[in-house]
Amino acid sequence: MRTRLITGILSAVLLSVFLGSSLALAAEPIKIGGLFSVTGPASFLGEPERNTAQMVVDEINAAGGIKGRKLQLIAYDTQGDSTKAKQLVNKLIKNDKVVAIVGPSTTGDSMAIIGDVERAGIPLVSCAAGSKITDPVKKWVFKTAQNDGLAVEKIFDYLKKMKISHVAILTVSDGFGSSGREQLKAKAAKYGIKLVVDDTYGPKDTDMTPQLTKIRSSQAQAIICWGTNPGPAVIARNVKQLGIKLPLFMSHGVSSKKFIELAGDAAEGIILPSGRVIVSDVLPQQDKQKKSLISFVKDYQKHYKAEGDHFGGHAWDAIMLLKGAIERGGVTPAGIRDALEKTVNFAGIGGVFTFSRTDHAGLTKDAFVLVQVKNRDWALVK
Amino acid sequence: MQISDQLTQYLFSGLATGAIYALIGLGFAIIYNATGIINFAQGEFVMLGGMFTVTLINTTGLHPGVAVPCAIILTTVVGILFERLAIRPLKSATPLSLVIITIGGSILIRGIAMLFWDKDTHALPGFSGDEPITIYGASLMPQHLWIFAVTIVVIGMSKIFFSYTISGKAMRACSYNIRAASLIGIDVRRMVLFAFIISSAMGSLAGIIIAPLTMTSYDVGIMIGIKGFCAAIIGGMSSGFGTVLGGLLLGVLESLGAGLVSSGYKDAIAFVILLLILFIRPQGLFKKAETERV
Amino acid sequence: MKRELLKFLILAILVAILPTLLSGSYLVNVLIFVGIHTMLAVALNLLLGFAGQISLGHAGFFGLGAYASAILTTTYGINPWIAMVAAAVAVSLLAFAIGFPILKLKGHYLAMATLGLGIIFFIVFNEAVELTGGPSGFSGIPNLKIGSITFDNDLKNYGLIWLFTLVTVLLSVNLANSRIGRALRAIHDSEVAARVMGVNARLLKVQIFALSAGISAIAGSLYAHTMGFISPTSFGFNFSIELITMVIIGGLGSIYGSLIGAFILTILPEALRTFQDYDIIIYGIILILMTMFLPGGLVRGIPGLLARLRPADKQEEG
Repeated sequence: MRTRLITGILSAVLLSVFLGSSLALAAEPIKIGGLFSVTGPASFLGEPERNTAQMVVDEINAAGGIKGRKLQLIAYDTQGDSTKAKQLVNKLIKNDKVVAIVGPSTTGDSMAIIGDVERAGIPLVSCAAGSKITDPVKKWVFKTAQNDGLAVEKIFDYLKKMKISHVAILTVSDGFGSSGREQLKAKAAKYGIKLVVDDTYGPKDTDMTPQLTKIRSSQAQAIICWGTNPGPAVIARNVKQLGIKLPLFMSHGVSSKKFIELAGDAAEGIILPSGRVIVSDVLPQQDKQKKSLISFVKDYQKHYKAEGDHFGGHAWDAIMLLKGAIERGGVTPAGIRDALEKTVNFAGIGGVFTFSRTDHAGLTKDAFVLVQVKNRDWALVK
Repeated sequence: MQISDQLTQYLFSGLATGAIYALIGLGFAIIYNATGIINFAQGEFVMLGGMFTVTLINTTGLHPGVAVPCAIILTTVVGILFERLAIRPLKSATPLSLVIITIGGSILIRGIAMLFWDKDTHALPGFSGDEPITIYGASLMPQHLWIFAVTIVVIGMSKIFFSYTISGKAMRACSYNIRAASLIGIDVRRMVLFAFIISSAMGSLAGIIIAPLTMTSYDVGIMIGIKGFCAAIIGGMSSGFGTVLGGLLLGVLESLGAGLVSSGYKDAIAFVILLLILFIRPQGLFKKAETERV
Repeated sequence: MKRELLKFLILAILVAILPTLLSGSYLVNVLIFVGIHTMLAVALNLLLGFAGQISLGHAGFFGLGAYASAILTTTYGINPWIAMVAAAVAVSLLAFAIGFPILKLKGHYLAMATLGLGIIFFIVFNEAVELTGGPSGFSGIPNLKIGSITFDNDLKNYGLIWLFTLVTVLLSVNLANSRIGRALRAIHDSEVAARVMGVNARLLKVQIFALSAGISAIAGSLYAHTMGFISPTSFGFNFSIELITMVIIGGLGSIYGSLIGAFILTILPEALRTFQDYDIIIYGIILILMTMFLPGGLVRGIPGLLARLRPADKQEEG
């Protein structure tokens, strides 16, 4: 792990040397701001996002930039704290004079800065999932992470098919979990599903057997857990400990190999909605996203010696969407915004994006596939 | 499912979690009793124990039987360094500056851990497998038995240490009156170092045996440290049964709170009860009131 | 007293001319946060530095003020100024009520109790989703208004917040030099002695606790109305620790010290940003080194440190 740090520092040094020497030759770079929660409780989002954003920017530059101009990513760490996000967005706009911003990683941070980007007129492509970021639509705000509501619908579709109507939900009490909980509660009636238990757990909790004991003695026919590592892994193990035989569903928050590694045998059979990135190798050839997915996974492996996950994918999509918008609309914030809104059928990591005047999230529930853990790997659910 | 079965499960889950708090609380109590210091970095020792073990087993492939003692030793070295570099040089050691410096220490240790390892969570296999066992209708993991066993052994050993060994008696003397202790020839500074060695070793042991259940990452120390502190306070900062009962009580309250009242507010319930205990019996539940000399 | 007035005047002039030097810069925005943090640090210092009572849960009072303002204005459509006063009064009363049992505790028991109190508030912010919006935050909080002026940009907010900050500083300096301030210091040194001298120590401590909480609540209201958005992450245990650090860095019992502490700790992350992920380590080191070498804080510590260095130099020369 220290080697990763050293390579990180080395590449940063090399990069700055490279940038420094190229600056003199090329025209002024196009500045793009980045706000990611690289440290703090949401670092599992922010770190891959920042890594990916930097990687994509480097690659665009290596291929000659956009219309001969290099991109420059100015990324700051919000630590998942909305006060810091607010301070940093001001810095990006007033000090660094960026033309567009990618991030923040969390719904809370995104909501905190919407007022500032709207006032300044700078396009923002958020990497957070909360649907209220773009609902109602705000002029300057777009997002790449799939709405939680889409993941919920994917699970409910499946439950309906399996004729399951009584469900227990167990959500984590942070931004990710509470947004999921809202959507689960809002969409249940439409699918004829009754939530018989609605429980939460803390992000740092280490034992969820009390909640699961309560669920065990309820009428629930299935359990849906909404959280990010490590909580869901603890829940999977606790379910096994208590001998609960109900089908267990998770959210897209744990769709990475890390979850299977943490939960071990207890992960077997768990079903969850996920972006296509974890199953990129088994996707059919005609899948629109396949090309993007394969290149993202390969690049990430090459740069960071780690599995690229769909969180990093949100940043990949954001930068690539901006790239397209700059190519079509020019380098002014207003030009980028207008071009972004006209994006049609962009096949990225999170799904196939089509923005419009009334839709700044751009995805449908096809952005998700249902996957199941089988033999410590992911398998598509038909 | 019978309500009585549910209750036994809540009770056992609570006791298991409580035993963890108790073990961590003991570390707090031992340092406090020997030195008057509340070591807010205690939770970080717990984290270090778990993280060192994970690293030793996963990267060097050591046998757990070797990795565990190594991890304890490594954590103890950190504890000694902390005492030597931060606590001992402190000239004007007011209670407040001690609180601040140990908080600073915990931030520092956590930061270094984050950079040295990573921000991921890591799992450790159970010491005796992962097949659940059933007791009176409640399910537990074999690891829970390890936790109970280690807690009992640790209490027993600390009882023997404080009652029958010279060093233990000397440390107790320090806790009553540091100046008097130094007058009768006790090397108070050595006792402070001793206390840090014992409690960092104990903290890392706790971190190691809970890792297979709770998993571990660079930032597990904060919350679990606060809970351990809480256990010690309820128990009246005793380095024996008081703290253990405090931990068990806290664990059971949380578990019952989550199962019967509200899972979202379970920590709030535990803390409200803590406040009530402090208001009614400021000296802890299991301790006689002391008169303060001025 | 004249010296105090002079110090205050210098500060007021500095505050007035700073934005003209920085016009249009994002640093004006940073200075807004310096102002809010100064109010909080000064409030905490009244409790910690003068009455000698630790609180590890002050971020909770800050959050209570912010959420009370947000809910009253946004959900119930009450005028922001009225909401601010209501929030401050309510939080003060709450602190007054809790103050009696909680300030009976001493040392680490008090630390634990206030820590617990802060955590309870944080859990409520997080869990009372219908009221607070829960972890995803509370948005759409209106800006403050006076007549036709709406405080909706950095410069106007700077003026507003620093006005409040200066008033807080002035009041606190006066309080510190008053009979009450002397009584508080007496409690700090020896509560029993103070009581023997006829100081109603218990009531005084509780009053200061309530005052401190009330100022924190006002800072919270201001924060909510300038940010327009709040979420629980800003009011957690970490922020309580940050506040204590500000007080310690500036020096216990030094009002201007708290201002300097707040300034340093708010600007520091800007300076450390080049270190990226390493800033948390540097932060920890600063805390430790400060406590070790400047236990009196910067304001009193640096002259002392210099004085200690100087004779040593002479000895070497001689």
